Amino acid sequence: MNAPLIGARIARKEDYRFLTGAGQYTDDVSLPNQAYAAFVRSPHAHANIKSIKTDKAKASPGVIGIFTGTDLANAKVGGLPCGWLITDVHGQPMKEPPHPCLAQGKVRHVGDQVAVVVATTLNQARDAAEKVEVDYEVLPAVADPGKARTKGAPVLHDSAPDNTCYVWALGDKAKVDEAFAKAAHVTKLDFINNRLIPNAIEPRAAIGSYSRADDAYTLYVASQNPHVERLLMTAFVLGLPEHKVRVVAPDVGGGFGSKIYLYAEDVVVTWASKQLNRPVKWTSDRSEAFLSDAHGRDHVTTAELALDKDGKFLGMRVRTTANLGAYLSTFASCIPTILYATLLAGQYTTPVIYCEVTAVFTNTTPVDAYRGAGRPEATYVVERLVETAARELKIGPAELRRRNFIRQFPYQTPVALQYDTGNYEATLDAALTLGEVSGFAARREESRKRGKLRGIGYAAYIEACGIAPSAVAGSLGARAGLFEAGEIRVHPTGSVTVFTGSHSHGQGHETTFAQVVADRLGLPIENVDIVHGDTSKILFGMGTYGSRSLAVGGTAIVKALDKIIAKGKKIAAHLLEASEADIEYDRGEFKVAGTDRKKMFGEIAFAAYVPHNYPHDKLEPGLNENAFYDPSNFTFPAGTYVCEVEVDRETGQVTIDRFTAVDDFGKVINPMIVEGQVHGGLTQGIGQALTEGCRYDATGQLVTGSLMDYCLPRAGDVPSYRVDTRETPCTHNPLGVKGCGEAGAIGAPAAVMNAITDALGVKDLPMPATAHAVWRTLQKQAA
Amino acid sequence: MSVKVSMKVNGKPVSAEVEARTLLVAFIRENLRLTGTHVGCDTAQCGACTVHMNGKAIKSCSIVAMQAEGAEILTIEGVAKADGTLHPMQQAFKDNHGLQCGFCTPGMVMNALDFAQSNPNPSEKEVRESLEGNLCRCTGYHNIVKSIMAGARAMGGKI
Repeated sequence: MNAPLIGARIARKEDYRFLTGAGQYTDDVSLPNQAYAAFVRSPHAHANIKSIKTDKAKASPGVIGIFTGTDLANAKVGGLPCGWLITDVHGQPMKEPPHPCLAQGKVRHVGDQVAVVVATTLNQARDAAEKVEVDYEVLPAVADPGKARTKGAPVLHDSAPDNTCYVWALGDKAKVDEAFAKAAHVTKLDFINNRLIPNAIEPRAAIGSYSRADDAYTLYVASQNPHVERLLMTAFVLGLPEHKVRVVAPDVGGGFGSKIYLYAEDVVVTWASKQLNRPVKWTSDRSEAFLSDAHGRDHVTTAELALDKDGKFLGMRVRTTANLGAYLSTFASCIPTILYATLLAGQYTTPVIYCEVTAVFTNTTPVDAYRGAGRPEATYVVERLVETAARELKIGPAELRRRNFIRQFPYQTPVALQYDTGNYEATLDAALTLGEVSGFAARREESRKRGKLRGIGYAAYIEACGIAPSAVAGSLGARAGLFEAGEIRVHPTGSVTVFTGSHSHGQGHETTFAQVVADRLGLPIENVDIVHGDTSKILFGMGTYGSRSLAVGGTAIVKALDKIIAKGKKIAAHLLEASEADIEYDRGEFKVAGTDRKKMFGEIAFAAYVPHNYPHDKLEPGLNENAFYDPSNFTFPAGTYVCEVEVDRETGQVTIDRFTAVDDFGKVINPMIVEGQVHGGLTQGIGQALTEGCRYDATGQLVTGSLMDYCLPRAGDVPSYRVDTRETPCTHNPLGVKGCGEAGAIGAPAAVMNAITDALGVKDLPMPATAHAVWRTLQKQAA
Repeated sequence: MSVKVSMKVNGKPVSAEVEARTLLVAFIRENLRLTGTHVGCDTAQCGACTVHMNGKAIKSCSIVAMQAEGAEILTIEGVAKADGTLHPMQQAFKDNHGLQCGFCTPGMVMNALDFAQSNPNPSEKEVRESLEGNLCRCTGYHNIVKSIMAGARAMGGKI
């Protein structure tokens, strides 16, 4: 038997191809006779299209097709669907204005697709796209979510005359008001959760290919969930039978949410490939990505926390305006509601919570899930409030948290979720130790001597991962299932191919999932390969988002493994001439209990495929099983982050001197990969706090439209991290796992901003706390 | 206007007729079909397209192919040994989990190789400074920094 693989730091199976340039990302795929698409995009935030003239473009060298919204309408190509129906405070469905793949008479944000030009080469397509003449009647625009509902604001959609998609609420308002009325202290903050642009380093790309011979399509696309992409595109947009469309998401260069959605470009290249009878390829450049990838966050919030004289939380009241952008992206509607308000209990026993969310349309790029998706926004509300309350009440921030931690599980929050398990004190204690918080005062003094300001900030976050179960999600408006599928194909000589509906775009599933399978089957990890990302190979899948892959996708694999082992026991009983009830299984060995008689997994596999001596009367030959798994609950990773910053008084520059993260992800399969996920999440969270801020001007022009203007964190902007984990296994999946992909991005912004406000001695500061913003705050203080 | 360009890529002479405006990265990816060199931006910010030209790391999106006339180009495909054994810097990235989605990785490795030639035992700060021109959205740089420090030591100043 091999050494246990669960919990082992196994180097990744996928690394060799990425390190040698052998990865195959969508833009690396080249199909015979492929043509290239270039999109004509609106330069205006809001305009009526008076006419589109394509004659000059058509005459341009190499052009083989130009299509506009009229062509799509004539072909009955539908608009892009939204996957989650929110019901508003009056019981009415949210407003769902049409989201055309190419504009139908009107554009609603800079970058809105107006036409597509297809040509023999990419340069020819781009040259010709420049020659498409669009006559716009420019309309006033609104980009600021806070102004979308003001009287006289420009109206984007006829079906939403007040630019409101919905007003939604969760919680008992009357009881919350009552709690505030008797509170000894109320902490109140107004803030903006800054709009972010995901910027996976691989830009989106799509190649549509139609085969007349098979009357079938193949779409290669940089997607986090190829089956969902296929379902949405076939059933809701193109009206095609699913079995005639294959979607392949090959190697994908990061997603962070931005590659979950069905995008217009994916539909257009697929449709155009049939019209032109040749493959059509589109690869976004970075400038297009800024304008057309769904953005994240963008909340305007007023939050209040009511406390008694001892610092016990009595109630929380939150009002948020969420910017959805110009159209509803695939899951836009559930992010500032179902994945936001439900997290406002955090790690605390706050008995009553009320949250009201007004979701508005503006002349900006659509907004949807970005790493954390609603949960970073919720954590920011809770943890900025808690830290501020601690300062106002002069109670230590760790102490105030301890006074309010949930300690009994399962715990029913007042905002719908039921936490199955957790141990918040354990991660807090570990973070205080690992972060050497006891030495902070001395470090602050040392900084002061050097003329620097030092501050410390905490964030004790919780998140809900592996969104589930399908039935509950459905009752809350989900229009999709939230299960996962897996298949184990055992080959005659005992090696194994695993097919998973999860999709890896950096998470290392090819390694982690192989560890799980190889461990259970007692195989060397080299004998297990993971296949994902192709609807023609995988039986079904919901893909990867919301840190669900191991908890949901991994469990589906375990369920399939259980079936393999159950069948293996029957085969072993026959071969060993024993009763099936007497067969014990342990990591690759089928033993007759109490004896030394056994069969190894490989022998069982061989017997299944060369069934000469086989219980044919009871069993089919072969060893191949699949399983679908629909979780009974979310999982609830939680942890404590402690950030220490040093601020340069002269320049306002904030340096993160140390950042400590202790997370409880339940059982950890590969600590090396988990740490890597935390590092990446933390850096995105620090990016939100310090460097990243999407800006539109008053006319709706994206001011931060390139990497020259939108500041992604670089290596010099972040420290080496101190990370550790505590394990409170999830109670409702067999691996005991919770998910780790988003935690860093969820907890980091509040920790950083708590540290900066501590250093500066101010109540609040907007994100991103750039050197300029901090310097201005310091100047104001001095004056 | 089309022009003929000739250069040596990964030790092999190559030439092609290309439009004069063809970027070196497009020549490498589209003409030579060496797709390990990636394009992550259009403003020379991300570094995913980093290759070596005459022994120095450059961003292949920032020059046209003509400017590399006669040059020796090394791309990620030419870094491992002929038998497939990873170069010590590549191995260090694998050992230290210095990559996740892999998209920025070729550029990171190419930049690190050049850096390590003159910095056989770099400090963390030096490595972080050396990454000024390379963006990664997955790793948070933590393990890339570790990888480059380990890779540089393993290289001992020689590619």
